[in-house]
Amino acid sequence: MVILGEMVRDIMKKIFQSNILLIVLLMSSGCSSLGVEPWERDLLARKEMALNASPIDAALDDHIYFSKEASSGGRSFAGGGCGCN
Amino acid sequence: MQLTNKLQKTNQQTLARNKSKNLKSLLTAATCSLLGTTGQVNAKAQSQTEENQWQFDTALMYYGETDRVTAVEGIIAATKEFDDEEFLSLKLTIDSLTGASANGAVAQPYVQTFARPSGKGTFDVPAGETPLDDTFKDTRVQVNASWAQPLTTDYTISTGLHASKEYDYVSLGLNASLTRDFNKKNTTVAVGFAAFYDEIEPEGGIPNPLAILPEPKTTAIDDRPRIGSSDNKTTIDVLLGLTQVINRRAIMQFNYSFSKVDGYLTDPFKIVSVVDDLGLVQNQIYEKRPDNRQKHSIFWQTKYHFTSTVVDFSYRYLWDDWEISSHTFELRYRIPFGTGYIEPHLRHYMQEAAEFYRPFIEQGDAYPSYVSADYRVGEMNAYTLGFKYGLPLKNGQELSFRIEYYQQDPENPGYDLPGVLQDVELFESVEALIVQINYSF
Repeated sequence: MVILGEMVRDIMKKIFQSNILLIVLLMSSGCSSLGVEPWERDLLARKEMALNASPIDAALDDHIYFSKEASSGGRSFAGGGCGCN
Repeated sequence: MQLTNKLQKTNQQTLARNKSKNLKSLLTAATCSLLGTTGQVNAKAQSQTEENQWQFDTALMYYGETDRVTAVEGIIAATKEFDDEEFLSLKLTIDSLTGASANGAVAQPYVQTFARPSGKGTFDVPAGETPLDDTFKDTRVQVNASWAQPLTTDYTISTGLHASKEYDYVSLGLNASLTRDFNKKNTTVAVGFAAFYDEIEPEGGIPNPLAILPEPKTTAIDDRPRIGSSDNKTTIDVLLGLTQVINRRAIMQFNYSFSKVDGYLTDPFKIVSVVDDLGLVQNQIYEKRPDNRQKHSIFWQTKYHFTSTVVDFSYRYLWDDWEISSHTFELRYRIPFGTGYIEPHLRHYMQEAAEFYRPFIEQGDAYPSYVSADYRVGEMNAYTLGFKYGLPLKNGQELSFRIEYYQQDPENPGYDLPGVLQDVELFESVEALIVQINYSF
């Protein structure tokens, strides 16, 4: 499992760095160029492009991690909810 | 309550409505054929075809830890669009929990005997093993209801209610949020508020924090120090969100959340071992946590649509006045597969310990004001490796399967381990398997 841990850590690090790079590029290009015209929303309108594309999965995950870790929320409210152990 | 991009929702709704209309037309035509009214669809029938159907999403999940907790959770969620963009959502969640959970005490090179939290009877923990309290058995029922509607062209409001009940716990909550669209609906700003009231009534009552546990005995006499039968806490959450369409393929969300919790935040089932300089347990005390906590978090999500695949990456940084901080990285990658899709999932969670976390207390040291040996407020790394397969069926139905492996690796935040504690596992990993089936219709 140490290998899995290192693998996950490496992948996350690379993606995080590339996202930071993307943000910097977007900011340098100016916010005015952001966005699309209404007729350019074909891809964005797809279900899989919804920010919370699987709300049921997200609810189940939130319940697990709320019970097992000291952090909760972020995407939505942190909330109370259960005396889970 | 869901702070999703309104415009994205609008587009989906338009597509769904068109699809729904087609389906409704077919159903109406079929009904008319059966009734023998060939093709003469009157105005009433026409208006009925405009009404939307309920959309159901259901799931059944199994969560099993090696030698510890096992849970089964079922969800039925129903959503209906009443008028243009007015949505009512109802959700019922039922879960059942059994098994054992670490009680906070340290492992010892001999058999340890503990009183059950209820005060009824005792249980033994074998030499060298992490003490697990095996008395967890609970069933929880939760209901949620929410309503969302546009206020004006650019504003949308949503409100929600939450109620959850289990044997020893009740949680009630409400929430509201307001979103405003700008810039041809490419930018959405959201502000949300939620409040919860939780009450716990543990079997055996609320233990006196930091009091020494009496010697476990098998008689029915319960002389454990108690300060009451129940206690409560209140939670206030505030969420500020910004969603931005970047281009035809990319969308981002940024959230800031603040959460303030006041009241009973101690876990009545957790204890802390007091050890001598040989690492041998002298006694156990009940844990005590502060009676308030203020958390902050920032959340950033990016979704990008490649030619056919979709990558979903999110990062959350959380910090609080217990000195807990955490980083969470999550990645999903959706790949078309046959008529459906597959979606690998990776999650990495890193947590710094709470200021009052102690894996044990050394005899002779003054008791701290607050102390908990619960590994969940300690230092840890956690990993999730998952895989989902989704299969669209006829008429907008979908079946999907998910399997995930979750591992928590608690770590020593820097305490010297005296004597025998060097020879036992104090920071044991927890491994869990999650299996889930979803059906939407």
